[in-house]
Amino acid sequence: MPDHLLPLDSPTAVSDPVGVAAPPALEVRGVTKRFGDVLANEDVDFRIERGRVHALLGENGAGKSTLVNIIFGLYQADTGEVRRNGEVVNLNGPRDAIAQQIGMVHQHFQLVPVLSVAENVVLGDEPTRHGVVDLGEAAAVVQRLSERFGLDIDPQSIVEDLPIGIQQRVEILRALYREVDILILDEPTAVLTPQETGHLLEVLRGLADTGVAVVFITHKLREVMAVADEITVMRRGRVVGHTVPADTDESDLASMMVGRPVELRLKRTPASPGDKMLAIVDLVVNDDRQTQALNGINLDVRAGEVVGVAGVEGNGQRELVEAVTGLRGVISGSIILDGEEIAGRPPRQISTMGVAHIPEDREKLGLIGAHTVADNMVLNRYHHRPYSRHGIRRPAAVDDEATRLVEEFDVRPPNIAAMVATLSGGNKQKVVAAREFSHESKVMVAAQPTRGIDIGNIEFIHRRLIEYRDAGMAILLVSAELDEVLGVSDRVAVIYGGRIVSCEPAEGIDRDRVGRLMLSGADG
Amino acid sequence: MRMLKPVAVPLIAVGLALGIGAIILAVSGANPIEAYGALIDGSLSSQKTVGRTLEKATPLIMGGLAVALAFRAGLFNIGGQGQLVVGGIFSAAVGFGFEGLPWIIHAPMALAVGALAGAAWGSIAGILKATRGAHEVITTIMLNFVALNLTDWLASNPWKDEGILSRTPAVEESALIPLWGSFPTGFLVAVAASIGCWYLLERTNLGFEIRSVGLNGDAARYAGISVQRIIIATMAISGLLAGAGGAIETQGVIGRYEPGFNAGLGFNGITIALLARNHPLGVIPAALLIGAMEAGGSMMQFNADVAPEITDIIEALMLLFVATPIVVRWFFSRQEAAEVSVTAGWGSS
Ligand SMILES: Nc1ncnc2c1ncn2[C@@H]1O[C@H](COP(=O)(O)OP(=O)(O)OP(=O)(O)O)[C@@H](O)[C@H]1O
Ligand SMILES: [Mg+2]
Repeated sequence: MPDHLLPLDSPTAVSDPVGVAAPPALEVRGVTKRFGDVLANEDVDFRIERGRVHALLGENGAGKSTLVNIIFGLYQADTGEVRRNGEVVNLNGPRDAIAQQIGMVHQHFQLVPVLSVAENVVLGDEPTRHGVVDLGEAAAVVQRLSERFGLDIDPQSIVEDLPIGIQQRVEILRALYREVDILILDEPTAVLTPQETGHLLEVLRGLADTGVAVVFITHKLREVMAVADEITVMRRGRVVGHTVPADTDESDLASMMVGRPVELRLKRTPASPGDKMLAIVDLVVNDDRQTQALNGINLDVRAGEVVGVAGVEGNGQRELVEAVTGLRGVISGSIILDGEEIAGRPPRQISTMGVAHIPEDREKLGLIGAHTVADNMVLNRYHHRPYSRHGIRRPAAVDDEATRLVEEFDVRPPNIAAMVATLSGGNKQKVVAAREFSHESKVMVAAQPTRGIDIGNIEFIHRRLIEYRDAGMAILLVSAELDEVLGVSDRVAVIYGGRIVSCEPAEGIDRDRVGRLMLSGADG
Repeated sequence: MRMLKPVAVPLIAVGLALGIGAIILAVSGANPIEAYGALIDGSLSSQKTVGRTLEKATPLIMGGLAVALAFRAGLFNIGGQGQLVVGGIFSAAVGFGFEGLPWIIHAPMALAVGALAGAAWGSIAGILKATRGAHEVITTIMLNFVALNLTDWLASNPWKDEGILSRTPAVEESALIPLWGSFPTGFLVAVAASIGCWYLLERTNLGFEIRSVGLNGDAARYAGISVQRIIIATMAISGLLAGAGGAIETQGVIGRYEPGFNAGLGFNGITIALLARNHPLGVIPAALLIGAMEAGGSMMQFNADVAPEITDIIEALMLLFVATPIVVRWFFSRQEAAEVSVTAGWGSS
């Protein structure tokens, strides 16, 4: 560990600028939380100060979500205490937390889609006049709050019509309306576009400046360096470090998280592309609303090459991925896999013909939460030998494969009988990746393959992608992270408005030019 | 505690329902101890009454399995009643329509035809859902009416017995599912069906597909499972089970098809499935419980002078408490209640 990172047991590790007179807004002391055999939090100390943005970092499964869920009353600590303004409080549920003016923004928003922003914000705590909900007053309050914190939301709009980034602001408003002075956000930026992320970070900064204590969890170190006032790092259930941005940098943070030095830049050899494995020709595909999402796309991927698709989300990437994997019908054009037409074929056929798919939304598509890790490891191969014979499942064979993959991909905890829903976010992603990398495929379609994954595992998955490329697989990588696309791909295609507006070698590509193409579809 | 929980919730629900039932009995002027005593007397006291309990439980198991299996695929099959009467009348048709067959062929054949008729009836709703998106709750309810009228018509026209009553002729003796002492053989069929359903769900690819579709249809599609195919197959199997239940009633209890005799059997399946929490093996004790109450109900009326409807009230209360876990959850520590609601998300789970 670099010497300027203060180890925890050092007496100066926890800075106390105000002195003993003013207790912190919230303090967690000696909290331990077990789930069965898993020690999710072990003797955790954590303090949150008013007016500061506190970033919580750590590997997948380190116990970050568990810790904030304890603070929000969703879980109860086995031992240890939570103090609010110096007083021990009992948080037996979110209700208690809200009564203590603690708010939380979950990754999966808890909004009612058909109601307006104002209705959603006041829901459960409505202003009334003569016993009737006063929607006019609600809208006015929401308008005032929105202006005060620069959230820029129309209280009248219906939630389901709003993009993810705005819905998230509605969640923040919900908390602010309840006058929270501690706001917790669990990986708020994982689903945001870079622009939305930028705005969220500004909002968080603004909130802290008005005295709110903000806790936010992220795996993106750049965000931490940009906005955090202090940083706590967890590893394997314990707090392993506490620092401030001025005293650290991204690579220090990365090694503190993982416990070893991490390559932030991928080392890679040049590709030696072979035959055309995947050819997309004049492909036209509609989106869910039946408007054209892909307007005649052409794109090739050769064996032994990674083609990255860069673009702002919502420009046709999802439809491209779904068409290639058979999840979405094709209007016209063709998709040729190693010489064979696959456009419009059912997903199973395409998968059997050699297309692996890491889907962008692992919860919705990639996993079945109530199935075990083992069953999820063979989710799309359960019907193949040796996992079943004549329609009868063979659990022993499934378990063998799952055990192997769990070990190879370091899924934690390494318990193949656990329900996938109990895994931490990043470990779920590892299950999906492990399964898809273990196919013998010709083409890998990887959509946001490292979303929600910690630095160490991103490195691991990127290395995997390169290894598979070198083994002759054709890889189509779709990612909202420009760094990821530029770092892993051999060629970079920019998608804008349902068209590929440029496709060129990644070697020596001009990052700013790609950024401009992503935003406007044109260079300049 | 965690392992006990799936069993604990129905147990508490049953206990609560019996407790409130006792209060209702007392309020209505009866002696609850005497009444419950009579209930046990009429259902468990002798070989004969136990036999009656098993006999009552048999179609309940089949109806319960039909609902439970469909539910595992995320389908709410309200059509058990219709599938059951269709199965009942077709097994009767085979039962009285063939003469001189040996028992070993005739009885299984009638049972199989009844089951297949139920399967066909069930799969109509499946096909409508898979191809047209019609909600199975609506279609199965409508199909119940159709089945009711169809079987009424069959029993009073082409398949009518001689005499004035609208009913089919009695089935041949070779088509009966006999009592074995006072033990109804059909009960064994129902237990075998439960074990079969468990095996199907837990050990076969089809079962894995059914559970996957029920838990997360989008992920099932991603995994290459044809959701449409599974919906149709599940509704067919569900109908098969209910239809077999009707056939066992015809061949093992009534001896013919008589409109009205099976009333409500299919609907009780919903209660059973809920009590069993949709577990195919849990269906057996749940059906035995309700079967015992039905078998003992008349004894209670007789000995304790209690309206037999009291058992309906108790059943309804059980259903209420199982279906609204809030009441039962109150019995558990709040901690456990909270742990059920694990938030899911990219990072929040
Ligand atoms: N409800 C639960 N049941 C069982 N185990 C759980 C449960 N919730 C969390 N765990 C386990 O506790 C550990 C910590 O999980 P947690 O979700 O807090 O990690 P995290 O730091 O948020 O990780 P990530 O960055 O991947 O989201 C993991 O090993 C996880 O499997
Ligand atoms: Mg997490």
